[in-house]
Amino acid sequence: MFQVRVIVRGTAVPLLTLLLWEGICRAGLVSAIILPAPSAVVLRWVEWLLSGELLVDTLGSLTRVSLGFLLGAGLALPLGLFMGASPKVYEYFNPLVQVLRPIPPIAWIPMSILWFGLGNPPAIFLIAIGAFFPVLMNTIAGVRNVDGIYLRAARNLGAGNTVIFRRVILPAATPYIFAGMRIGIGTAFIVVIVSEMIAVNNGLGYRILEAREYMWSDKIIAGMITIGLLGLAIDIGMNAINNHLLRWHRGMDS
Amino acid sequence: MEKIRITGLQKTFQSASQEIHALQEINLTIAEVEFVCLLGPSGCGKSTLLNAIAGFIEASAGEVVVDGRMVDAPGPDRGVVFQEYALFPWMTVSRNVAFGLEIKGLTRGDIEERVGALLHTLNLWEFRDRFPKDLSGGMKQRVAIARVLAIDSPIMLMDEPFGALDALTRRSLQDELLRIRREFCKTIVFVTHSIEEAIYLADRIVVMTYRPGTIKFEQQVALPHPRDPAGAEFNELKRTLGGLVMEEHDRHARDEIRGEG
Repeated sequence: MFQVRVIVRGTAVPLLTLLLWEGICRAGLVSAIILPAPSAVVLRWVEWLLSGELLVDTLGSLTRVSLGFLLGAGLALPLGLFMGASPKVYEYFNPLVQVLRPIPPIAWIPMSILWFGLGNPPAIFLIAIGAFFPVLMNTIAGVRNVDGIYLRAARNLGAGNTVIFRRVILPAATPYIFAGMRIGIGTAFIVVIVSEMIAVNNGLGYRILEAREYMWSDKIIAGMITIGLLGLAIDIGMNAINNHLLRWHRGMDS
Repeated sequence: MEKIRITGLQKTFQSASQEIHALQEINLTIAEVEFVCLLGPSGCGKSTLLNAIAGFIEASAGEVVVDGRMVDAPGPDRGVVFQEYALFPWMTVSRNVAFGLEIKGLTRGDIEERVGALLHTLNLWEFRDRFPKDLSGGMKQRVAIARVLAIDSPIMLMDEPFGALDALTRRSLQDELLRIRREFCKTIVFVTHSIEEAIYLADRIVVMTYRPGTIKFEQQVALPHPRDPAGAEFNELKRTLGGLVMEEHDRHARDEIRGEG
């Protein structure tokens, strides 16, 4: 009963919005270029799908996100572990990190084009920057916030520094690290759309910008919705992985 | 047989405004397989003393000698049971108990056998694959005790281990601890602020003073086990010790009112 009510409530507003939107367009209140009808968007999306182009674009965007994220997170993780574990390393690197961190990935676009030209390399570079800082900051925080009592217990049981790092600090920091990765992949997904608008000639970001040149509003909206759904799918996937790997942590208060 | 010898131990903490003498001139000798309770109100330095024996903190002066060797670091010869359990939440019950054995480098078969036996002894076998967050407080503390028993430390240091448990769980764990102590022949140093708990468990009770932390009074408890908390001798002891602990508690309370606590 409760479930049904939740579903009814959850679908009512989107459905009404769609109906209202369709009604406004059918009544001819706005031009189809400013706001195409939802039915037109769906038709355009199906056409896009059947042409095979949608799959190529989606895969293109996903590949870039994956490569950029792996690069960014792959560099941030070891650096974050070192910075978190060693005050000395932290003192060396922290000032530089603090200066670079507030620069939005988008601001790197001009330099990335000068350095890497056009195509995939600058896009992956930008995505890597987007993923790098959230993972770095959270990894540092995760290592630094390991509860001292775990370290005491481990030392008491005879653990040396290597064992403590591998079997205590690292697992204790994973909830933070995973939270950072989730933010990082979210940022990577924003950056991939932007970077496709400037540097490459496929991908969802490229496609909606291309559609604008032809004034295909229905395709722009179809692209936006695809981007939204893909982002949602990535987040759900990350969440599922988190929940499995952190099943010891679920519902814990600290 | 002398197991632990503490001579002239002092510990001073530096706070922003003042020096806090947590421990001053502590002299204490603990025999092999003796069960000693450190009793006192909060802030009397009993946990500091335990941490000094464990090797978690460095003494400002004096020394702790265990088996003829000066303590300068924590080690598996002095297993600690913490009030907050300190189980590794990312490991299952059996992995927690196995941790110390894996560090010792035992073979997989030996570890499994030893962990299995301990889990059975402590009635934890059916919970072996659970994570700590899915256990009750009493169960967690049993795992923590099993983890220390696994590494076979001759000395167990227990810092208010049952302080967070309800009365019934507490009593059953106290009985279990006495049984473990008989079975495994441990030397136990047990910190508590409960007078009754101290009388129920200890061979000797060491009452500590509030700042500076010194030894105020030592009391042998010769009552046979199991001890009856409603018995006459039990209550006589309780009255004597209660008066002493209360004096220290009042000093603590006065300090707190003056804002120095």
